[in-house]
Amino acid sequence: MTEMFRPPAPNTQPNNNTPSYGSTQQRHPQQTLLRIPQTVTETSFPQFSPSQYPAIIDMARSGGHEAQGERIIVRGRVLDENGAPVRRTMLELWQANAAGRYNHPGDQHDAPLDPRFKGEGRVFTDDDGWYMVTTIKPGAYPWRNHYNAWRPNHIHFSLFGPAFATRLITQMYFPGDPLLALDPIFHAVPDAAARERLIAAFDIEITRPEQALGYRFDIVLRGRGATPMEA
Amino acid sequence: MPIATASQTIGPYWHLIEHPEWADLTRFGAVGERMTLTGRITDGAGALVTDACVELWQASPACDATFPGYGRAATDAAGMFRFTTIRPGPLPGPGNAQQAPHVALNLLARGILGRLVTRVYFAGEPLNDSDPILNLIDDPARRATLIAHATGPGAWHSEIRLQGAGETVFMEF
Ligand SMILES: [Fe+2]
Repeated sequence: MTEMFRPPAPNTQPNNNTPSYGSTQQRHPQQTLLRIPQTVTETSFPQFSPSQYPAIIDMARSGGHEAQGERIIVRGRVLDENGAPVRRTMLELWQANAAGRYNHPGDQHDAPLDPRFKGEGRVFTDDDGWYMVTTIKPGAYPWRNHYNAWRPNHIHFSLFGPAFATRLITQMYFPGDPLLALDPIFHAVPDAAARERLIAAFDIEITRPEQALGYRFDIVLRGRGATPMEA
Repeated sequence: MPIATASQTIGPYWHLIEHPEWADLTRFGAVGERMTLTGRITDGAGALVTDACVELWQASPACDATFPGYGRAATDAAGMFRFTTIRPGPLPGPGNAQQAPHVALNLLARGILGRLVTRVYFAGEPLNDSDPILNLIDDPARRATLIAHATGPGAWHSEIRLQGAGETVFMEF
């Protein structure tokens, strides 16, 4: 029998009912989630290919023009919970520009748009699970969750992995950001070590001379284990 | 052993990765019985959820170069999403059980910190009565939240309520 994907480690995933994040209050289910056995629907997924989903590896450049802001390189590995690389998997990224404004009609923050920065990336891991993307450091931006609320600098990440069970949407944060201590979305993850793993590390080895600062951000997707969740 | 990375909300600006054509799973030339699936999402106050990312995944028919099996759609100002796809067939289930035709939905939005996963089955499908997942739900009203209704030939619709009266059954696995 094939081993099933393990349930989340305790306190490492956010609770959908997080009162300090106001938007959760009308949007979280009140009924207990139905525990279902993992069937082919949960344990399989398409293999996304750059031929059908073209890569966008340099978000800092469009049409031959450089975006405004501090150019950075983000590099890391995608692993599963057994430490094995997740090969040839697709990552999507999106983010605000250097001024903290999304190229999105819904973003009314009074900060300048950058016509040379769309804010979308799409990369694939190699056979060892490594990915790399070039972008600019996103700015912090205000939101209306509470008085004087500001989101820490962050890049949104979307990962697929080998199964519907491994689908992950997360955010990468930057080291030393004073807004992290005040952010209810970051703090919705109860476990402090799990929160810390959402913060990229400055990495001089990834940094390129005369070109861009480098950050390391590894991501772990659910893995198969010997203790399947009982349905 | 490494521990799976924490989920964070997709937020209100995920449209930067929206590609409306992804809502059409037949765009690569898939053959089979076409169908549309629409849905409307409301929250605990009955308000329309107009900024959601809805992902559809179906293991049947098997995905290949012509059929991606996966699609993504945004909800519009009426809280509605719409997919065009190929009607799924039955699938193997736990043990010797057979699963009724279904698709899985992954709901992501501002205010949703993890994913909300549900399934859509099709009214009138005889295999629904013996489906091993549907049969985990005792309350007929709860079970009914997973059954889409035909609105025309090859057209199906599902109402999704995130919270409160008529709350859709969401799943973990
Ligand atoms: Fe954001």
